[in-house]
Amino acid sequence: MRYDATNAIEATGLVKRFGKTTALAGVDLVARPGRVLGVLGPNGAGKTTAVRILATLLRPDGGQASVCGYDVLRNAYQVRQLIGLTGQYASVDEGLSGTNNLIMIGRLLGLPRARARARAAELLARFELTEAAGRIVKTYSGGMRRRLDLAASLVSQPRVLFLDEPTTGLDPNSRTDVWAMIRGLVADGVTVLLTTQYLDEADQLAHDIVVIDKGKVIATGTPDELKARTGGQVLLVAPSDPARLAEVGTLLEALAGAEVATDAEAGVVSAQVTDKTLLPRAVRELDDRGIELAEFTLRKPSLDEVFFALTGHRTDEQDDTPTRELEDTSR
Amino acid sequence: MSAVAAPGFPAPARRLGLRGGLRNTFTLTWRSVLKIRTNMEDLLGLSLQPIMYLLLFTYVFGGAISGGTHAYLQFSLPGILVLSVVFATLGTGLMLNQDIANGVFDRFRSLPIARWAPLAGAILGDMVRYSISVAVTLSFGMILGFRITTSPLAAVAACLLLLVFALAMCWFSALIGLMVKTPQAVQWFGFLAMFPLVFGSNLLVPSSTMPGWLQAFVKVNPISYLTEAERGLLTGGPVATPAIRSLLWALGIFLVFAPLAVRVYRRKT
Repeated sequence: MRYDATNAIEATGLVKRFGKTTALAGVDLVARPGRVLGVLGPNGAGKTTAVRILATLLRPDGGQASVCGYDVLRNAYQVRQLIGLTGQYASVDEGLSGTNNLIMIGRLLGLPRARARARAAELLARFELTEAAGRIVKTYSGGMRRRLDLAASLVSQPRVLFLDEPTTGLDPNSRTDVWAMIRGLVADGVTVLLTTQYLDEADQLAHDIVVIDKGKVIATGTPDELKARTGGQVLLVAPSDPARLAEVGTLLEALAGAEVATDAEAGVVSAQVTDKTLLPRAVRELDDRGIELAEFTLRKPSLDEVFFALTGHRTDEQDDTPTRELEDTSR
Repeated sequence: MSAVAAPGFPAPARRLGLRGGLRNTFTLTWRSVLKIRTNMEDLLGLSLQPIMYLLLFTYVFGGAISGGTHAYLQFSLPGILVLSVVFATLGTGLMLNQDIANGVFDRFRSLPIARWAPLAGAILGDMVRYSISVAVTLSFGMILGFRITTSPLAAVAACLLLLVFALAMCWFSALIGLMVKTPQAVQWFGFLAMFPLVFGSNLLVPSSTMPGWLQAFVKVNPISYLTEAERGLLTGGPVATPAIRSLLWALGIFLVFAPLAVRVYRRKT
């Protein structure tokens, strides 16, 4: 059976149960080729389960999925030739050196010995692991391991890359490094499916976002579309003269017809924009009164605010049923 | 179905033949062997364990059972060979369990390789571990005064027989490793199954002083046959019957546990 091959990843109605718990209750998602699809959701939302199904590691109880047009169940062998996988679970061998880990994968993929060795050296250099190449992975730091994980998933030059929470537990510097690497891959034409609990990560990297909560897709769209979904943007106004802050506050309150937030320390007044005429009116009034401005910014709500609006709970709230544990019991 | 060829990318291959699967297996065997070298603790345990058995059993039991350490060593060394190798098969289950727990198996499963290759590769690699165990036991035994009274050829046959039996037993170990959740549980289940098997035999003591019901068990215990065959091959005595019986047992163990292990392994897939 053939799916629409113009999409790199396509899933419809994915269902997965672990015992009595439903991890996925009919998930649809689409990743366009050469783009980053961010799968966003709190712990236990079903993100990892979805990735495991798409990467042929887990059989769904219902629904269909394909990668580059190949069915993940019937053509699993083809799918495995097209994908790379990095996650908390698909890991490297701690008892081998970085080099040998990559050589092993190269050999498993059918590369001749010399080619596998060259590819390993190339990837280790790219991920700044050359110095640690001969060391046993057990001695690596968290950031180094994650980079090796990423390198391991790239030995095959995959067309579709699954990154399951690639930066969870990393320090900010390593996170930025990983982000840069992901951008580099996308520039090379790789399609990336990225799961994350970090909204800023999805905001930074993803072209499209699917928000999953409790095994269901609750929103899809580009980051901008999702931000627009919560309705109003936020107007930030800072007068050059901090003494006139209160005046600006009263003025904006009158114009917006709603309460505004005044941050005296930052010298900024912020107002929800629900009416599109607010901006020109505000500029006119401020000018009439001769208030000079240090800042006049229109800001979209952060994805954090969006997530809260969509789910009614914060992203860091833990679900009662962490998917990972449930999968373990199925072993 | 028709391949979806994106420009610049060759269409993926349809299937992997047996040759490809064997190549995968050898790569993974290489990995296991490499890990023996890098995991000094395992190597140390693997070598020290038989040395400890030899020293303990020879000097603790020797005088009491055979009236002298040398006579007892001639009697017990074939048994200690069996004991060391059988306990070493637990390593197969432990390693598989670890690979599953820390995600290495999931990495393998996401690669376009033969489904059975990780299992076969692990077990082939372990044959090297068992060979080390046999070599250490035999050499240290000889340092303590054990003498092969048959022929070098018979001694080689003794080692091969042990390895064949280990090859069967490690499928049992693999099954445990695949079924339980933690390495500790592998140890527990493994010991619970192997202790009665190993010590409820003629491996360390002649069975003549045991109660009748136990003698009945010892008589059908595969470990007893194997020990008897090893004794025959190393120090003389009947060989054909116990060797054939051990081989039959090995075949039986393999036929039961290998398909079960493969089934459990596939179910995870």
